[in-house]
Amino acid sequence: MSKVSRRKFLAGGLAGGAAVMLAPAEKVLAAGSFSGFPDGMGVLVDLTRCVGCRSCEAACNKEQQLPAPDLPFDDLSVFDQTFHQGTQKRRPTEKAYTVVNRYRPEELDKPVYRKIQCNHCNEPACLTSCFVNAYTKTKEGAVIYDSSVCVGCRNCMIACPFNVPAYSYSEVLSPVVKKCIFCYDSRVKHGQPPACVEICPAQALTFGKRKDLLKIARMRLKKSPDKYQQEIYGEKQVGGTGWLYIAETPFEELGFDTSLQQEPIIDNVKGFLGMVPMVLAIWPALFTGFHLLATKHKDHAHDDSRVEEEKR
Amino acid sequence: MEKLFLGLPLDQYIGQLLRNKFNWLLGIIFAIGIPLIIYRFIFGLGSVTHSSYDYPWGLFLSFGLFCMVPLSASGFMLGTTVEIFGRHDFEPIERLALLNGLLGYLFAVVYLLVDLGQPWRLSYPMIYAWGPAAVLFLVGWHVAIYLSVQVAEVSTSFFEWIGWPNAKKFIRKGTIGLTVSGIILSTLHQGALGALFSYAPGKIHPLWYSAEFMWIHFFVSSIPGGLCMVIAVSTIVIKTMAWRCDDTFKDNLNQLTLKLAKGAAMGLITYLVIKLIAVAHDNEWMYLATGWGAWYLLEMLAGVVLPLILFAYGIRHKLVGVVRFGAFLTIAGIILNRLNTALVVFNWKLYQEVPHLYEVIISITIFAIYIALYRFILNRLPILYAWQAQPSEVIVTAAVPVPAREQEQEIPARA
Repeated sequence: MSKVSRRKFLAGGLAGGAAVMLAPAEKVLAAGSFSGFPDGMGVLVDLTRCVGCRSCEAACNKEQQLPAPDLPFDDLSVFDQTFHQGTQKRRPTEKAYTVVNRYRPEELDKPVYRKIQCNHCNEPACLTSCFVNAYTKTKEGAVIYDSSVCVGCRNCMIACPFNVPAYSYSEVLSPVVKKCIFCYDSRVKHGQPPACVEICPAQALTFGKRKDLLKIARMRLKKSPDKYQQEIYGEKQVGGTGWLYIAETPFEELGFDTSLQQEPIIDNVKGFLGMVPMVLAIWPALFTGFHLLATKHKDHAHDDSRVEEEKR
Repeated sequence: MEKLFLGLPLDQYIGQLLRNKFNWLLGIIFAIGIPLIIYRFIFGLGSVTHSSYDYPWGLFLSFGLFCMVPLSASGFMLGTTVEIFGRHDFEPIERLALLNGLLGYLFAVVYLLVDLGQPWRLSYPMIYAWGPAAVLFLVGWHVAIYLSVQVAEVSTSFFEWIGWPNAKKFIRKGTIGLTVSGIILSTLHQGALGALFSYAPGKIHPLWYSAEFMWIHFFVSSIPGGLCMVIAVSTIVIKTMAWRCDDTFKDNLNQLTLKLAKGAAMGLITYLVIKLIAVAHDNEWMYLATGWGAWYLLEMLAGVVLPLILFAYGIRHKLVGVVRFGAFLTIAGIILNRLNTALVVFNWKLYQEVPHLYEVIISITIFAIYIALYRFILNRLPILYAWQAQPSEVIVTAAVPVPAREQEQEIPARA
């Protein structure tokens, strides 16, 4: 609750600043609300259960009506693909909102598979960085995107700490951001699990209220302390994410960024945004004052010598 | 019409255009680059960039927006000096600084239009879909308003040129208001460009990243950036188009260069200190011993410390040449800092993106258009010279200083 009011305060502060100079502010005050996040849904991903079958990728492709993949979904050679001189594994693209990657931690004799998609943050960086409010965090927990207002600045891609949003660069007239929307329109809005969760044959994915999923995750960690790292990835990262991960090996060995801050990304710019209305309010008097102080006994006509020459 | 051709008949005007070798260079760049810009709009961004999801901001923004804007802080710096603090001794160079500001912002927007996925929606954040809690919302609004403010500020020269003294008087009445709003808008959006990168902790190398101070680093570095840009442009102008500068400009330029350098030096030393404070605040000293640290030190030593030494020595001994070299170095340092933040140390944990060749060519082409327009305006509007009464008569004599029979050989290349 406190977060909501903080955001509103920020929006209000900026709106006030804008109103001083420009335009009616009512519209602005309505922007940036983050309703319903305590009861939001999420997915618990148990990486010890994932078998790397890629059926979630296939289900996502079908549900979201994405173009056919370059390699069929039963082709497991994609796990050997690397990019950028072998430094990068696959990542979500405009043609695939979710991908599964294979990792081989040294201490295990079997590979670990990790599904990547939008993590549906509690306070999404994409949303808070968007200057046309194209993103919405729904009360069901999904972070959805309105392509009809997107200008294509791609700030959301800069801001996303998980490098999730992709962009359809090849489109000429209507390039848009492409990312997992938690099957919001077709499923989650109606209380159904997203396509990837429904199809998972290994029960690696559990759909439910985020707060319940945290309980389930903690239970699993407690029940088999030897099998799990005692950490839930996504519980605290960047203010918490709707998708939560538990795993047997340390998360950094599975390509997770474990150096992320605990606070939402928006916190990093709050200092700056808070200063904005102050500058708008203080600078006019300050600098007009400077002007009066500096030119007390001098020429008060602000016209320059060029004009005087003109007059002569 | 004769004003447009610098008082020359059309054939002579074209003749001197063709004699200028720099025009041939521009012509070659345009011949390659302008078709590529058209190509980009027909076939999409993907056809001229690497379409990177990890580096969504390529060269267009990292150079075009993040470098052009700090280098265009000159308008509000000199506006403040002359109009607010009443330092009328800076007047001979004020208009150049204002024009430099206007053109820099204008072309930052041009780069932005090339980079945006749907540039025709540029006005959406203004009228249609507001996201006021976003830093970019502030940048968009402020750059738009500031661009209008700068158009108003520069328009006085234009009104003199076309001979509308009343319009000029009207604008001059609002000078203080325009200048103060220029300061407000500049403080905020120069800072906001830095704050944009506060959204990307972990992507930018810690030495360049500072959640608390990012915006103030960008703002403070824009001050020497803008001032040094005025020194640099005035240097180029006095070397290549001295014919257009009046005696007031020529006589005062050396003195003004030293004065501007004093301001730039104060900006630079402040910048150096707050950069070090940021490293200390986040306790990042250990990174200085890495390869990234060496790169950081190079940026700071070559782009900040060395110019500071040059400025100190040059100002002390009144060596304008040394100061000018320091100014060019400062500009290089600012550009390096912005390219580093947006492109080089961005995604330092992932891999290094090298911009697509077409992206580089388009960036150079837009910069060449910027130079061409800059020179076109300097050649005509009363920026480098004071407007005299009876304009038409004076401009003819000013622009054609050679006897008629020898003009074929002797009219120097101008535009």
